[in-house]
Amino acid sequence: MSPLRALLVLAAVLAACLGPAAADQPGSVEGYTIAGRIKIDAARGFGLPAKTSNTKVILNGGQKVTFARPDGYFAFHNVPAGTHLIEVSSLGYFFSPVRVDISARNPGHIQAALTENRRVLNELVLEPLKEEQYYEPREPFNILSLLKSPMGMMVGFMVLMVVVMPKMMENIDPEEIKQAQEQMRNSPVPSFSGLLARANS
Amino acid sequence: MAPPPRRLLLVLLGFLAAASLATLAAAVYEDQVGLADWHQKYIGKVKQAVYHTQKSGRRRVVVLTEENVIASLDLRSGDIFWRHVIEKNNPIDQLSLSAGKYVVTLSSGGSILRAWNLPDGQMIWETNIQTSTSSKSLLHVLSNSKVVKDNLVLVLAGQWIYAVSSIDGVISWGKEFTLDGLEIKQVVQSPENDIVYVVGIAGSSKLAVYQLNAKTGEIVKDAQESLPDGLCGEILLGSSNVLVALDETRSALLIVEFKGESISYNKVQISEFVQDFSGTVKLLPLMSNGIIALQSSSTVSLLKLKGMDGLEVIHSFDQPASVSDALTITEKDEAFAVVQHVGSQIEFIVKVTSDLTNEIIREKVDIGQHRGSVQKVFLNNYVRTDKSHGFRALVVMEDHSILLIQQGAVVWSREDGLASIVDVMASELPVEKDVVSVADVEHNLFEWLKGHVLKLKGTLMLASVDELAAIQALRVRSSEKNKMTRDHNGFRKLLIVLTKAGKVIALHTGDGRIIWSNLLPSLRASKSGERPSALRIYQWQVPHHRVMRENPSILVVGRSGASSVAPGVLCILDSYSGEELNSRSFDHSVAQIIPLTLKDSSEQRLHLIVDSNCNAHLYPRSPDALNSFISEMSNQYFYSVDMQKNAIRGYSLQKSCDFNADDTYCFSTKLLWSIIFPSDAERISVSEARKMNEVVHTQAKIIADQDVMYKYLSKNLIFVATVSPKAAGEIGSAAPEEASLVAYLIDAVSGRILHRVTHHGAQGPVHAVVSENWVVYHYFNLRAHRFEIAVIEIYDQSRADNKDVLKLILGKHNLSAPMTSYSRPEVMVKSQSYFFTHSVKAMAVTQTAKGITSKQLLIGTIGDQVLALDKRFLDPRRSLNPTQQEKEEGIIPLTDSLPIIPQSYVTHSLQVEALRGIVSIPAKLESTTLVFTYGVDLFYTRLAPSRTYDSLTDEFSYALLLITIVALVAALFVTWILSEKKELRDKWR
Repeated sequence: MSPLRALLVLAAVLAACLGPAAADQPGSVEGYTIAGRIKIDAARGFGLPAKTSNTKVILNGGQKVTFARPDGYFAFHNVPAGTHLIEVSSLGYFFSPVRVDISARNPGHIQAALTENRRVLNELVLEPLKEEQYYEPREPFNILSLLKSPMGMMVGFMVLMVVVMPKMMENIDPEEIKQAQEQMRNSPVPSFSGLLARANS
Repeated sequence: MAPPPRRLLLVLLGFLAAASLATLAAAVYEDQVGLADWHQKYIGKVKQAVYHTQKSGRRRVVVLTEENVIASLDLRSGDIFWRHVIEKNNPIDQLSLSAGKYVVTLSSGGSILRAWNLPDGQMIWETNIQTSTSSKSLLHVLSNSKVVKDNLVLVLAGQWIYAVSSIDGVISWGKEFTLDGLEIKQVVQSPENDIVYVVGIAGSSKLAVYQLNAKTGEIVKDAQESLPDGLCGEILLGSSNVLVALDETRSALLIVEFKGESISYNKVQISEFVQDFSGTVKLLPLMSNGIIALQSSSTVSLLKLKGMDGLEVIHSFDQPASVSDALTITEKDEAFAVVQHVGSQIEFIVKVTSDLTNEIIREKVDIGQHRGSVQKVFLNNYVRTDKSHGFRALVVMEDHSILLIQQGAVVWSREDGLASIVDVMASELPVEKDVVSVADVEHNLFEWLKGHVLKLKGTLMLASVDELAAIQALRVRSSEKNKMTRDHNGFRKLLIVLTKAGKVIALHTGDGRIIWSNLLPSLRASKSGERPSALRIYQWQVPHHRVMRENPSILVVGRSGASSVAPGVLCILDSYSGEELNSRSFDHSVAQIIPLTLKDSSEQRLHLIVDSNCNAHLYPRSPDALNSFISEMSNQYFYSVDMQKNAIRGYSLQKSCDFNADDTYCFSTKLLWSIIFPSDAERISVSEARKMNEVVHTQAKIIADQDVMYKYLSKNLIFVATVSPKAAGEIGSAAPEEASLVAYLIDAVSGRILHRVTHHGAQGPVHAVVSENWVVYHYFNLRAHRFEIAVIEIYDQSRADNKDVLKLILGKHNLSAPMTSYSRPEVMVKSQSYFFTHSVKAMAVTQTAKGITSKQLLIGTIGDQVLALDKRFLDPRRSLNPTQQEKEEGIIPLTDSLPIIPQSYVTHSLQVEALRGIVSIPAKLESTTLVFTYGVDLFYTRLAPSRTYDSLTDEFSYALLLITIVALVAALFVTWILSEKKELRDKWR
């Protein structure tokens, strides 16, 4: 019993000391262990509260799934050598999938890189690339948005007509106004602009 | 005077146009949650339950279900405190509570032991255990003892036994038994000292009993004995020296006693003491004070052990009945519960093992209809104020629902069959015909006004906190959406779902409540224990002009057994009430169901059911249906995908049937074509076809330079993806050089391969969706080590010359020529691929009533969310630098990966745990589609892929409109009065 136990203890020590990107090879089974850590900075979070209890770590699109411990550590056991993909699913955060290479020739050596931006990770500490805001932020009430709405524009147009039009009228030659009035009297249906013109004449 | 206002008007119009275009990504505001969507959480069929009822804190029950969910439920209400859904690949075998604060689970064949914090479900530790591959693993939590300080958890798998500390998950000791082929079956802790009894079977006949020291794992004693008749593996260990085992033939019981090193046994035939026992016999895990329970197919018997000599039947219950585990209530006494059916009610009986003739409780409980028979019972006790024992029990029913019964009543129930939906369809609600009273209108008007005043306050930021809550409640409650009648926009529908248990449930789209449910008798387990499987659900009859008075009905197809050659069953249900109108069982199997577009005179839809011998059977079986089918038979083709033989075959139908020559409703098939993929290079991964009911608005697509492209729209287009055999496994199992993925577009009538493309260094899992003239598929690119989504669009070249206006005028075009699979199509294919961040669980596309609205892809991601991705992002005509014209057309500049905008998650901040399927149902309103997503959870929402351009949104402020009109009228009057005054003044002048 003792050699196995010693190995497991060794694994724990390795994971703790050498940084999480360490892999060990327990003697009896063919696989390796991928151990890492998830770090969510709760302090700057404005989205949903960071709850590690809902954080899932997924290996190779669902082949193995594990959960993060309260301190953020996670581990996959009995993983064969090769190139693997780790995804992290945590509501409110966007994590990049991580490419993990376990070398068969050099046991215990693990290489990790983010697939989104090809950044190489020295140790397997996964941090969210960004926080995800699922709701459209509601814009606070302001006059401008009210004015921009079709109704606001209607009112604005109206005000414009009432205030600016008389001013424009004043600048026009009285002769022309007279002409226009002549025209209007001749026309059978009084139009709205005509009405306004009459009002200001 | 005209020019200035006209110019202004133009500017105004421009503003308006800009404002309407400025609306971008479709997203919800936080306060809109629950307005048009609903989310329901389920757990699935409970297979193990452990109570936690300490005096302090909330009373809860921790359950493990067949959907691989561990959940902590409130014992008072059945609400979920916390829940974890574990992937199907790592099934959880057992669950236990340790030290009153940890939930310990054993999964993946005894190799992973996890501990969860009981109050909040946080994982505390995880230990990987090295075991030999074993069929069954056991978990046993040692109860508190003085000698061993930390509570040890024993894990038994195959030849191995481990003791793990429940505080930090460190393996305290481990032991491998040397006996060859040993499989540990039972473990019992002796209450007096730290001795653990372990019973195992080696081979089929050798029984081994070990006594271990719980502290160190040392073997104190061991005994082995070969039994002459063999054992079937079911063993019950009663106390420290007696065990009962079932023999290989399951017709006799062995009573084994071991004293020290020696083992003596006695064999008792079951038929000697149980009358008319038949079928398979099972030992139920109940053993205390010499009482055991034996289950045969007709009865459940309680037997008392009389020393070594034999057994005596104390009580026997007719099936269906269920017996709970024994529950220690006092130091000597253990209680257990039996639940049996009495008429439409169930009877809940609690007995103590020391005195079997007495019953502590015998209560009749009304559980309502459509729940089937009792499957499991979990007993729990509580101490009443007068220090007597009260009992409650969790009862698992056949339809996967769970009930908590206490004091003769159902305290709460959960409809957990909805966690395992097999198929979904939508059905219309009845048309509204009742008369509306005046009082109602007045009341509604008042409510309406009040609501709008509140809303106005909300918009103007004048509302208090209470009022804001009232606004939210008003919005959610808005009774309009929950009515039981059809609405003008087609938002209110019934979602009819078929669950694994064979239950059909209708949900209202307004709030997701259950309208009716029916556990179909023909899909219930038979006495012989054969478990039928539910397959699909189809629309059977949609009443139209002639049969308007009848209710619409639906068709449920299933198999009477688990194997694919088992005879099929068919049920027809009324879709308004859920009543079973008709049911029959077939004399043939069900391999494929083809709903036809034809209808008979009573508006019943024709369905072809193809059996495993490739004979097609027509339903409904009426001469009328036969006539209409035979006239169309020469145009009926179908294809089948054979995953095992790696082939796709196309068939036509012929009269006369070799299955039953007299049966005129049976047709034989003729093989037209077959495509057999070389199995050493390619293996079929996925095949997809267009949805039968998809509507396409136009065949022509006008591109930027006023050119026209014609979509190749064929209902017979199928997409098939194959992967190289080495890359058929999981990611990480294949190197890029040995992996390849081939995508095919095949015409299902002629078997012609229209297009074939190879992706080197790519592998599955492949998810695909086919719609209109395009295919979108998701796969893994091993070279870049990222997921990719590729799109293929297929255009018809033979119609490309129809651009000439002169020809069109002279009628020399082939636009009206029918689409046919016989002619060789001239097609042009465009494709492109993009990186995509996440793994995909399911993929679908939005469907609208007329197909005018632009499409969105609905992608179920690994995080159990649904992402709506505009089809414009998957356009093969995207280029790095689109020209001005292309930009105007709406072509997005090419990027290497697809954007994931958090606001475009349809499920917003919710998750549909263990997502399995996404269904899009068109509403009557063209802009809107209804999206239903299911897994262990259910989620429903309304989606408008290009905004609601044909109706005002909920956000539209009617109050503002009213204010504007009032303001305009007021202004008009003011100007009128002013002008009158001025005119008067002018006249006086």
